[in-house]
Order: sequence, then C-alpha cells, then structure tokens
Amino acid sequence: MIPAAFEYYRPKDMTGVLSLLGEHGDNARVIAGGHSLIPMMKLRMADVPHLIDLQGVGGLDDIELSANSIRIGAMVTQHDIIDHNGLASAAPILREAALQIADPQVRYMGTVGGNVANGDPGNDMPGLMQCLDATFTVVGLDGERDIPARQFYEAAYMTAREDEEVLTSITMLIPAGGYAYEKQKRKIGDYATAAAAVLLTKEGNTCKSASIAMTNLSDIPVYSEEAGAALVGSSLDDTAIKAAVTAVLGDIDPSEDNRGPVAFKKHLAGVILRRAIERAWSRA
Amino acid sequence: MSKKQHYKITVNGKEEEFLAEPRELLIHTLRERLKITGPHIGCETSHCGACTVTVNGKSVKSCTVFVAQADGTEITTIEGIGSPDALHPLQEAFKEHHGLQCGFCTPGMIIRASKLLEEIPNPSEEEIRFGMAGNICRCTGYQNIVKSIQAAAAEMNSAKEAAE
Repeated sequence: MIPAAFEYYRPKDMTGVLSLLGEHGDNARVIAGGHSLIPMMKLRMADVPHLIDLQGVGGLDDIELSANSIRIGAMVTQHDIIDHNGLASAAPILREAALQIADPQVRYMGTVGGNVANGDPGNDMPGLMQCLDATFTVVGLDGERDIPARQFYEAAYMTAREDEEVLTSITMLIPAGGYAYEKQKRKIGDYATAAAAVLLTKEGNTCKSASIAMTNLSDIPVYSEEAGAALVGSSLDDTAIKAAVTAVLGDIDPSEDNRGPVAFKKHLAGVILRRAIERAWSRA
Repeated sequence: MSKKQHYKITVNGKEEEFLAEPRELLIHTLRERLKITGPHIGCETSHCGACTVTVNGKSVKSCTVFVAQADGTEITTIEGIGSPDALHPLQEAFKEHHGLQCGFCTPGMIIRASKLLEEIPNPSEEEIRFGMAGNICRCTGYQNIVKSIQAAAAEMNSAKEAAE
C-alpha cells in the first residue's frame, strides 16, 4: 500500500498554492485532510506527482456565524462541525450529518471542503449543501468566484471547479424550520446506500417550503426541486409524501454495486426520504 | 523516486529527526524507522484503527497520513501513556476486565480511548461505543472493551476528585 512517489509542498499562503497549481497543472492536487485522496493514492488509482498540502495556509479553518448566515472554511473538519455548539444551534442539520460520516478518527482529519470539492458521489456533504442552497467560493489566479452547490457537480469527481482553483469556503443562510439528514449504511464508516437531506418550514399545519436532496443515488448529488414542490402547500399527508417520493425516484439514477441492485436502492431511497420528511416535519 | 527530505517529529516527548521520502506512511515511520511498534498495522486501509495514534491532540489512523504531513507534529503512541511498571488507568482496566483477547487491536483501542476520556470524562455506554467506532476488534470482545473503558473512567474521575 505504498503510493507512487511525489513531490510534497506546504505553502504558507494561498498565493503559493495557486502558483504551484499554475506551474504543475493537472499533475498537482491539493490535499486537505487526505482521507479520500490518500487511500486512492495508496491504491494507485490517483497519481499525484505534486502534492500541495493546505495545512500551512492560514484562514481556512474558521467557522463564522452572523445574524443570518454561516461561513465555513474549507479546512474545517467534520469533528470541528460536531464540536461547535453555536453552529449546531444555528444549523443542527450540519452536526446531524457530520455525526453520520465515517468514524471518529476520520472525522478529526476529514474536512468539509475536501468532502464537497472531491466530487465523490458517496460523500454526504454535497447533497446536504444542495439542500441548504449553500454557495462554494473558489479562488484561482484570476481571483475568487462563487458557485452555487446546486450547480457545482457535473459528473462523478467532475465539478465546476477548474484544476487551477482551490475551494476556500462554504457560505449559507441560516436555515429555518425542521431538518433531517437520514442515512442508511451497512456499517459505521460506510458510505450511504441511500441518504436524504430535508429542510421544511410550516405555517399552521401547512408546509410552506421544502428542500430535498439525495446522496449516493446518482453519479452526482441530486437536488430534487419537484420533490420539494410536491410537499409545499400540503399538510404532509400520505399523498403528498408519496408524490415527493415519486418525484425523487424520477430524479435519481442509482447503479448496482456491492450495496445492492438498482431496484433495492430505489426502494430504499423512498424509505429513507419518507423517514427524513417525517422527522423534519416533527421538528418544524 | 522523489528525494528524501528532512523531517522532525516529536514522539512520546522525544524529538526525532530523520530523512525520508514524503510518501512514507506515518505508521511505517513509527514502526520501521523509529522502532515504536505499539501501533499495529491491521488493515492498512483506514478501517480497523489498530494504527491509531494521537497527533497534535487528535486521534488519527497513522496508515492514512504521510510522514510529510506529520512534519512538526507531536505524536503520542501507546508507549507514551504508561509503562509496565506504571500502567495508565486504561491499561490497568483492560488487564483487569479482560479488555483484550489476542491483543492486536489493544494499542489502538487504548490510545483512542485515552482521547475519548479527555473529551468525555464520564461517557455513557452509547458514547463509548460511538466514540470507539473507528476501532475494530476481530476477536469481537467489545463488551469487555466497553467495561474496561468505563472502569478506567471511574478510576480516573475518582483520582481527580481525590486530588482536588
């Protein structure tokens, strides 16, 4: 399990990172926690001749809360998310999801930025960020640009971030209402067989807004506008939930793997989504 | 092969300086270069937790860290928390409560548990099981591992109270 040799860099600032990326192009990769990249390098499925470690770059590991928004630096770890009480009260769905990622040791190392930037369909944060309608900020030699999470993912491991850009932070509005991140996995540490992120608001007994995204049921996370729309205006009766499940089943495209055949994944997606909706509603 | 680089890490309070390729895995640095063989290689794929050490206050699977990333860090292994003559309360409790069968996972279990008890000094059974979920015991002796950690927590808490 020894990876191919590489040159290692630990620049002190983002200018240093960007100039290395500019120099080495797609022969270079940045590394944050490394808990997705290093296993792939050990298997020699990822060849990274130039490895640029972000740990020396300051200002990437802050969690900033304002009256109505949240900014999470790319190097904030899953452990930091769980540990931050202010964040957990502002957006409890973040802690709920982070607690279902990997195991304690991996959560100390694994970063939110790496999780969303990697483009692995198995990662939990991309679907969650689409549900939250978060925005990713990337920086390149030409400056910063913002990309909505809902437009970031193009195919497995392919995103709107260019090779010479680095994802630096994630921002979102503080979500209102009820929430749930529901994940079915074979064991602790596993990727989702199916997972659902749901945010709901209610007025009286009527659903006022709904945001639904699914994890690991396609080669990209699936934000289902139609599923959310199926709930809005309803009292979350069985007909409305069934309509949301039908909408999601139309949007996902699972493939058969060691977590099960397509029919099972579709069945499970419905079960998990229903549970997430019911839990979010009970908290709304 | 990339050139060897100069690295400096502090392991169990002792500064170690050496030349290594950046791609060397921290577990190999510890075991083969520094002859610190408490941390074990179980799966080498970041699943089993036998290679767990504490790096700058975090429980880390040392099979999934390059030595280059660990340059400048402080590392604690099982060797750093107790000795045969002066066992750590966790080591004492694992011995007393049969927290090990074959013992292969034990160094990782104990070093992880030491961090868990720092963060949650009086954990419930559920908190122990969740906090130890990154460590696998293939003898499946989890019941006694949980008991050992509970006993160590009680011992450490009463020692702390006595000191206050």
